[in-house]
Amino acid sequence: MSQFTRRKFLKVTGAAAAASSALTFSSFAIGGAKKKVVVVGGGIGGATAAKYLRMMDPSIDVTLIEANKDYYTCFMSNEVLGGERSMDSIHFDYSGLKARGVNIVHDWVTAIDPDKRVVKTKGGQSFAYDRCILSPGVDFRWDTIEGYDAQVAEKIPHAWKAGSQTVTLRKQLEAMKDGGTVLIAPPPNPFRCPPGPYERASQIAHYLKKHKPKSKIIILDPKDKFSKFGLFMDGWKRHYGYGTDNSMITWINGAAGGKVESVDAKNMTVQAAVESFKADVINIIPAQKAGKIAFDAGLTNDKGWCPIDGKTFESTIHKNIHVIGDSSVAKPLPKSGYAANSEAKVCAAAIVALLGGGKAPQPSWVNTCYSIIAPGDGISVAMVYAYKDGKIIKVKGSGGLTPKEFDPEMRAREEQYAHSWFNNITADVFG
Amino acid sequence: MKKRTALSAVLVAGGLALGNSALAETPSASMLAYTCAGCHGTNGNSNGPATPSLAGASKDYIIDVMEYYKTGERASTIMGRIAKGYSKEEIERIADFFSKQKFVPAKGQKFDPKLAKKGAKLHDKYCEKCHADGGTSSEDDAGILAGQWTPYLRYTLADMMAGKSHVPKKMKKKLKKLHKKAGDAGIDQLINYYASRK
Repeated sequence: MSQFTRRKFLKVTGAAAAASSALTFSSFAIGGAKKKVVVVGGGIGGATAAKYLRMMDPSIDVTLIEANKDYYTCFMSNEVLGGERSMDSIHFDYSGLKARGVNIVHDWVTAIDPDKRVVKTKGGQSFAYDRCILSPGVDFRWDTIEGYDAQVAEKIPHAWKAGSQTVTLRKQLEAMKDGGTVLIAPPPNPFRCPPGPYERASQIAHYLKKHKPKSKIIILDPKDKFSKFGLFMDGWKRHYGYGTDNSMITWINGAAGGKVESVDAKNMTVQAAVESFKADVINIIPAQKAGKIAFDAGLTNDKGWCPIDGKTFESTIHKNIHVIGDSSVAKPLPKSGYAANSEAKVCAAAIVALLGGGKAPQPSWVNTCYSIIAPGDGISVAMVYAYKDGKIIKVKGSGGLTPKEFDPEMRAREEQYAHSWFNNITADVFG
Repeated sequence: MKKRTALSAVLVAGGLALGNSALAETPSASMLAYTCAGCHGTNGNSNGPATPSLAGASKDYIIDVMEYYKTGERASTIMGRIAKGYSKEEIERIADFFSKQKFVPAKGQKFDPKLAKKGAKLHDKYCEKCHADGGTSSEDDAGILAGQWTPYLRYTLADMMAGKSHVPKKMKKKLKKLHKKAGDAGIDQLINYYASRK
C-alpha cells in the first residue's frame, strides 16, 4: 500500500492544481475580467504607454483619458518660433492609438480612488482599473513671480506647453519692430526640457538676425549654468555675436541678478533681482511641479513631484498607480520627451508582467535630446541608463555631448538626425 | 596596431566584468531594442529623413557596426556615445531583435531616374556580389542598401572613403575602383539607384 501513496498523492494534488487553475481561469472569463489599464494624460509618456501596452499584450483593455483632441509637441516648437517649422508639423491626434485598439476618452480626470481603483472625470464618468498610469506632465508654480498667473500668460506667454501660446509668441515676434527687445526668463531647476529655453533663445535669435537684425534678446536666468552650456555659448558666439559689444543675446545669470521677482504686464516690464527691464516681447517660463491630478490624487512629495519605484514606475505612495514622464522623480533620467517615451515602455513592460502574475523585468532606458542652434547647426546629448541595486543609474562610459570642436559637416548631420528624431519619436508615440 | 590590441583587451576585460556583475540582470531583447525607436522608428523602421532603418539587417552586421561605434572605428555623431552603454551580450540581444523585424523601404524618397539607371550599372559591377539582389539582401551580413535612407548612405560612404570608418577589405578595393572610374558623380548615381529601389 505504502508504495502507492506518494504516487497517488501526486496524482491527487496534480488534479487539484489543475482544477484550481481552471477555476481561476473561468472566474476571469465569467466576470469578463479582461485586465484593465487606465492611462491618464495623452502626452508623450501616456500615449507611448497606451500604444506599447497594446503591442506587448493585446488582451489588455487600455483606456487613455486626455482632455484635448489635438496634441502639439513641445519639442521642435522652438523651430516654429524661429520660423523654420509650421504648427501643423507639430500637431498630432489620437487616431493612430485608436487604430491600435486603445479606448480614447476626451475628458478631464478630477479624482483617482486608489482603494477602489477608480478614475473619475469632470464629465461624470468612472473608469475601474487594475493598474493606472499617470502621465500628467508639468504644472506651473504661479506663486513664484508676482504679477504673473495663468491669465497674464495669455498676453505674456510661457509657451512651455505647445499650442495656442506658441502661436501667440510667434505672432508677437512677427509684429515686433526691428530694434525691439525680447525677454526670455527660464525657470529654476528642475523643469521640463532643460536645454529648451536656450534653444528657444537660439531660434528666436536666428529669426531676428534674418528679419530684424537690430533687435536684442535678454535672458533673465535664476541659474548660473544650464544644459549643453558650452555648446550653446560657442554657438551663440559663432551665430549671434555673443560676447561682443554687438551681441544679439545677453544672458544675465543668477549671480548677476537674473532671477525674476515680478512682472508688470501693462507696462511690459520685468523686475529682476537687481534691475528692471522693459521689453517688447516677454516670454516667462515659470517654476514647475507635477501636473494637477498628481496632487489631487495625493501622489506628490513635499517638493511637488511624484516619487516612484525605478523598476516599475509604481508610486511609492499609492499602490497600482504608476507615474511616468515629467511628473515623476526618475533621476538621473531627465525631464525630456525621449525619457518619457523610454519610461513609458519600461512601465508598460512591468505592468504586463505584474498583471500576469510575474515579476517586473530588468529595465533599460535611453535619453537622446537634440537642440538646433541655427539651421545646419545641431547639437545633442545622450545617455544609456540601467537599473542597479534598486536605483536608476547612468551606464558608465556611455553618453555625453556633441564634441566641443565645431565640425560643420557633423553639425549639419546632427540637424538631419534631429529632424529624423522628431519624425521617429512622434511616429513611435502616436502612430 | 599595438595601441588597438591594448584597447580591445581593455574592452574585452570591461565587457567581461560588466557581464559578470550583470549576470541574470541583462534586460530582454525587446526591452533593450524598444529604447532605439525614438530615433530609428518603432521596431527599427525609420521615418527618415536621415536615421537609418535597422529592421531586417543581419544580426552579425548589427553587432559588428555597434562594436565599431564603440571602439571609434566607425565615425558617428551620436552612435559612438550610445554604443558605449551596452555590453557584448546586450548588443547581441539588440541585434537579434532587429534582425527578426521586417524591413520596410523608405517612403517618399526622391531620386533622379537617369542617375538611378547609371547607378544600377555601377551597383551590378562593383557592389552586387556582396550586396545581392540590387542591395535588398542582408545575406552574408551585408547592409541593406535598397530603400535605405539616402543621407545615411551618403554619410557612411563619405566616412569610409575618408578613412574615418572601418571598411571591409573587399569593399575598400571595390569602392576605390568605383570612385576612380566614376568619381563623386558615380557615388551620387549609386545612391540614386538605392533610393529608386522599393
